[in-house]
Amino acid sequence: MFGNLSDRLVETFKNLRTKGKLSPADIDTTLREIRRALLEADVALEVVKSFVTAVRDRALSDEVSKALNPAQQVVQIVDDELVQILGGEQRKLVFAKTAPTVIMLAGLQGSGKTTLAGKLAKWLKEQGQTPILVAADLQRPNAVNQLQVVGDRIDVPVFAPEPGNGVGDPVKVAKESIKHAKQKMFSVVIVDTAGRLGVDKELMAEAKAIRQAVNPDEVLFVIDAMIGQDAVNVARAFDEGVGITGVVLSKLDGDARGGAALSVSSVTGKPIIFSSTGEGMDDFEQFYPDRMASRILDMGDVLTLIEQTQKSFDEASAREMAEKLAKDTFTLDDFLDQMQQLRKMGSLKSMLAMMPGAGQMRNQLENFDEREIDRTEAIIRSMTKAERLQPKILNGSRRSRIAKGSGMTVTDVNSLVNRFEQAAKMMKTVAKGGVPQMPGMPGMPGMGGGFIGGRGKQKDKKKGSKSGNPAKRAAEDAGRTLGEKPTGGSGSSFGLGQ
Amino acid sequence: MAFQFWKKKKDTDPAVQATDAAVESPSATQDHEELVAVDLPKRSARNAIKSIFSRIKFDVENLELIEDTLIQADFGLEAASEIVSKVKDLAKSRAAKTNQELRQILIEVIAQGLEHPAKALNLSSGATPYVLLVVGVNGVGKTTTIGKLSNWLAQGGFRVTIGAADTFRAAAVDQLATWASRAGAKLVKPIQEGQDPAAVAFEATEQAVREGADVLIIDTAGRLQNKSDLMDQLGKISRVIEKQVKIAEVLLVLDATTGQNGLTQAKAFTQIANVTGIVLTKLDGSAKGGIVYSVQRELGIPVKLVGTGEGIEDFSFFDAAEFAAGIVGLEEA
Repeated sequence: MFGNLSDRLVETFKNLRTKGKLSPADIDTTLREIRRALLEADVALEVVKSFVTAVRDRALSDEVSKALNPAQQVVQIVDDELVQILGGEQRKLVFAKTAPTVIMLAGLQGSGKTTLAGKLAKWLKEQGQTPILVAADLQRPNAVNQLQVVGDRIDVPVFAPEPGNGVGDPVKVAKESIKHAKQKMFSVVIVDTAGRLGVDKELMAEAKAIRQAVNPDEVLFVIDAMIGQDAVNVARAFDEGVGITGVVLSKLDGDARGGAALSVSSVTGKPIIFSSTGEGMDDFEQFYPDRMASRILDMGDVLTLIEQTQKSFDEASAREMAEKLAKDTFTLDDFLDQMQQLRKMGSLKSMLAMMPGAGQMRNQLENFDEREIDRTEAIIRSMTKAERLQPKILNGSRRSRIAKGSGMTVTDVNSLVNRFEQAAKMMKTVAKGGVPQMPGMPGMPGMGGGFIGGRGKQKDKKKGSKSGNPAKRAAEDAGRTLGEKPTGGSGSSFGLGQ
Repeated sequence: MAFQFWKKKKDTDPAVQATDAAVESPSATQDHEELVAVDLPKRSARNAIKSIFSRIKFDVENLELIEDTLIQADFGLEAASEIVSKVKDLAKSRAAKTNQELRQILIEVIAQGLEHPAKALNLSSGATPYVLLVVGVNGVGKTTTIGKLSNWLAQGGFRVTIGAADTFRAAAVDQLATWASRAGAKLVKPIQEGQDPAAVAFEATEQAVREGADVLIIDTAGRLQNKSDLMDQLGKISRVIEKQVKIAEVLLVLDATTGQNGLTQAKAFTQIANVTGIVLTKLDGSAKGGIVYSVQRELGIPVKLVGTGEGIEDFSFFDAAEFAAGIVGLEEA
């Protein structure tokens, strides 16, 4: 999603990396590029200006000139500032001490409030809450109806005493909904309000009145990730007019560069709590500022990846794998096993997109054929047990038999054996030194061995994406951007990144 | 500015295809094709656009400020610097110095970038029904646009049919039905929720042809431009329509708040459905929709219509000069 912005910044930093010492002119060139990149990503001009000033001040200070690797230090500063603007720590939804918790949704027309109301309700339901949706958008034609359809779809009741289309008093509806929720013991009330334009005083007053009537625990401001420079005006208008407690970024799955996230956080100082992607009712997740900052800088969304991995990659087998690696008994069976583990995590494409440096591979990712794994599996399954344990015995005639058995060509078999050898070699390095913990991801063992030990530490840090040592990270980054194989070599292990 | 369209009088032979309206109409008799000039009610968006430059007092020294202001109106970095350099050149060659003169030049430059020979809706070829395919990402105001447009066309005497091919969004069809009844237009609905939108489009086209409608407007579901399956579906919709009637206009609806992503949207939709015009909606908010300048600059697609509010009549043709004057503002700072 931040693809283009991160690619640009990476490009900019590449030029910096080659320098041992930074002159003020170097810094200015870089800052011009950052300014440009941010503007093209729709970050509001005033936010860009203050951001660039802040980075410049720090970049020209002692902390950079005395640093071991000044260029890397600048990257670090940019990352710090991004995290700071995005709100620092992750903020969770606030629940009332005594039920029901009242959540009010506000935002422009077409920002996705009604759809979001449904997603939020579904998410809350999965958390064990009993939500109810309130149709307080009585303006837009058929908004009430739409909410009802959404409610039906996710099996959440909708409180809609008024037909809408301009009929009914939304403040009264909101007020009654609370009474209703208390009576019927609903734990969360989600109030969908009429969409409005930032400047529309009348509707803004209505939202304010609803707010006063229901005294919500959260007033969530829903904003379209594709919004441009106007994001600051809109966010300010809502913050001043209605008073918001948090932000939801919607439609984040388009290819919008999402600069609005920076603009809104910066102008209102209010945290982004959720991001909503996609059209399905499940396309909804909590927002992590630090991960977003990493994404902007193309450091990859490694933490999300780890969480997903942990869900499906069972620890015992990972530990076993690590031991095997250390003993150098990694076989084709293990290789296959890993791939199957990998599969459990879901689509490879979506996982790889979260990888550090993935910006560079994005086009290849688009063309990546998931069936590649099936083919690899077919080849390995066509081998005898002895062959799987000792790939060294694979001579020409064995390879030709395997090719026939799996319906592939001898070239395919050869390339698989090569990839396996590379992977085995790489993993040995990992197991011994554990150097490239994360970047080796597609060669899963890197992760398996790596994150078990390293995870706690990584969680404590702001972004445990890669090596904590900036210089080391620079080296990794440099390698990647220059198009060399990542230390993890892994892209190739599964036939990617050719 | 008057927008005149030609419309076949209802009691004439529908089989005769109108050719050139200007040649045909004066000598038309009862037996022949008769084309009647239809004046759509006049509308203007002049008062809806608020100046972004009201706080700047222009002089030759501070022209850089224009760039920042244009960026804030979503013109984009490249377009903004291009405009500024054009303004500088013109100011120099005309020796313009005063605030008023410089404003005039800026208006000229912006308007020039937004002028286009084909900015009127293509409703005059005579080959009815004129099919308008309305596309765009989610939440930009496609359905509202269709409601306003059909109402306007109905006021001008056009018989309008609407095809509700947004079979995805909850209650989209009901919303459209509300608009259609307000506008007195016919509505072709899907038989069931989630039906193939191409099938609805096909039926709507068939019905419009059969009943001799003047204009057929097809509503489509909002889709983000990077969802390739949904974009393919759009391609299918346009293909099934074209099997029966040539599409007169593919209108991409852009929300004025859209930032630089608007350009990506325009590119993607053009690739799939050959967009012929932009409808810029929600222009009454604080956003200015400057991205349309970049869209026309890079893709040559003009803005044809603008939406300026929630009322059914808050809708007009796009007038480049008016738009530019509105953005820059004529009054002294």
